[in-house]
Amino acid sequence: MDFELTPQEAMARQLFRDFAEAEVKPLAAEIDEAERFPRESVEKMFRYGIMGIPYGQEYGGQGCDTITYILAVEELSRVCGATGVILSAHTSLCCDPINKYGTPEQKAKYLPGLLKGGVLGAFGLTEPGAGTDAAGQQTKAVLAGDQYILNGSKIFITNGGEAGVYVILAMTDKARGAKGISAFIVEAGAPGFSSGKKELKLGIRGSATTELIFENCVIPKENLLGAEGKGFGLAMRTLDGGRIGIAAQALGIAQGALDEAVAYVKERKQFGKPIAAFQNTQFVLADLHTRVQAARFLVYSAAKAKDRGEPFAVKAAMAKLFASETAMRVTDRAVQLFGGYGYMREYPVERMMRDAKITEIYEGTSEVQRMVIAASLLKD
Amino acid sequence: MKIVVCIKQVPNTNKVKLDPATGTLLRKGIPSIINPDDKAGLEAALRLKDRHGAQVTALSMGPPQAEAALREALAMGADEAVLLTDRAFGGADTWATSSTLAAALKRLEHDLIITGRQAIDGDTAQVGPQIAEHLGLPNISYAEELRLESDHIVVKRQYEDRCHVIKAKLPCLVTALAELNKPRYMTPGGIFTAYAKPIRVWGRADLDVDEADIGLNGSPTRVFKSFDKQARGTGSKVEMDPQAAAAWLVERLQEKFIL
Repeated sequence: MDFELTPQEAMARQLFRDFAEAEVKPLAAEIDEAERFPRESVEKMFRYGIMGIPYGQEYGGQGCDTITYILAVEELSRVCGATGVILSAHTSLCCDPINKYGTPEQKAKYLPGLLKGGVLGAFGLTEPGAGTDAAGQQTKAVLAGDQYILNGSKIFITNGGEAGVYVILAMTDKARGAKGISAFIVEAGAPGFSSGKKELKLGIRGSATTELIFENCVIPKENLLGAEGKGFGLAMRTLDGGRIGIAAQALGIAQGALDEAVAYVKERKQFGKPIAAFQNTQFVLADLHTRVQAARFLVYSAAKAKDRGEPFAVKAAMAKLFASETAMRVTDRAVQLFGGYGYMREYPVERMMRDAKITEIYEGTSEVQRMVIAASLLKD
Repeated sequence: MKIVVCIKQVPNTNKVKLDPATGTLLRKGIPSIINPDDKAGLEAALRLKDRHGAQVTALSMGPPQAEAALREALAMGADEAVLLTDRAFGGADTWATSSTLAAALKRLEHDLIITGRQAIDGDTAQVGPQIAEHLGLPNISYAEELRLESDHIVVKRQYEDRCHVIKAKLPCLVTALAELNKPRYMTPGGIFTAYAKPIRVWGRADLDVDEADIGLNGSPTRVFKSFDKQARGTGSKVEMDPQAAAAWLVERLQEKFIL
């Protein structure tokens, strides 16, 4: 298996790194501290095509592949985990299902805005009673003439309140359980649709996480995404792709913390020499670097499988499981290498440690990833 | 309008290290970039293209790996790229470089030629004006602002203590300062498109230029010796009142026959 990047991919990585260093890094501490959504960064990402990387140019996309998109999430997350997840949720969870399951009319209507027109996307599946057990949806959609009427609520929705287009899962036939779930495209401003309270979080505090409320929300019948009753499968396959995005976010956070640690240990002197001179420091860094590189191979392998049109759900689960646990491990050790300074908000590693934790939880917890991986191993 | 922008690929550092044995630049492990002044010149050309419509060609002379700088120029929005590469062009000083570039420019249609003021690895600021001389074109150096007015170019030229606003008829050559603008980023799709485009590669046989004006043999400049800055001693620190300190300093300088 070959993990070398092509010259195009290598140049794209350099572009994303330059962009992240110049435009995103300077805001990272401030948006975390103020819990402020970085609208200005998102506008720049639209301007430079970063919000529409793996989609066709006929819809305003960049015509690139999944691995290039993954490099963007990784490089943004290397300096700011919050900005990384804004891109990942927009691309993997909203643009992807519309691009894959949308009718030509739906794609023509929504993709140009989402890919280049400044319209942010979001995805609503999780409910207070439907987390890992996603089939337990309470939000209902009832067909009434030419319209669907939605009632219910969603929680923990990334890009909530900031997005212009939402892919929403709702029950159209309660009696059929998971087979009664359907997906819908809901525009911000639809009658009866509002975003609720903004959550206060441990990490990724610059990203917006809100409740979504549907009170007799009216959407046109043609906004059904895919067939009625096929929403659960659509959501699960969407999350398979999303996991590669979150794995890339975790990988970026881990690399960012490692880079900070490497720079710090060369500067910090104790007992008359830089702490990099101590073998204890060197061995920690060697282990972290090895883990990050192993995570990178898993993440790229999943992205390349998706690009080749091969089944990638298990690879994506492995990538997310390993990369997210690597992010926790690396950020924890980075804080330790920084010592007391690492615990202070003056340095970025404590933010990275807080940002890392969510990658083990959202878009399928580590336990869900283990379920997916074990099931693939044990099936006949 | 046809605009040709000359760009140079340079090591991304202002701390150039030299091989003590050969006196040549140590490039290993240092990533290469488009020279900053040249990149501003490219951005200026792309803005003219956005505003007035233009065909922008990026031109570079260098080793085969300079292709990466031209791919970047294409990914930013240049329409085509030409690479001048040949062993015969190697070891060129500013005279031989400008002779070679000028020979290529004779083959390329141009209403406006933009070069950077100077390269961060050479700092001579000679190549742009020399190209203008070879081609018999007016040259405006140190552009910090640039705009097009019908068939004229209006350039604000930076001097140490003042600025000149100069209006010139096209065709002409302008050398750009990095302060001219903030160059745009490439786009991901632009990178993929750039790699799908051909780059024209011209060697010695493609250019009508005198053998005496190219490469090392056509370079009147001879580098006698290249060396790093020598680290100085720590010096000595004295604490005394200003009068005494001045007297002490004069004494030391006289001892070393500096005064």
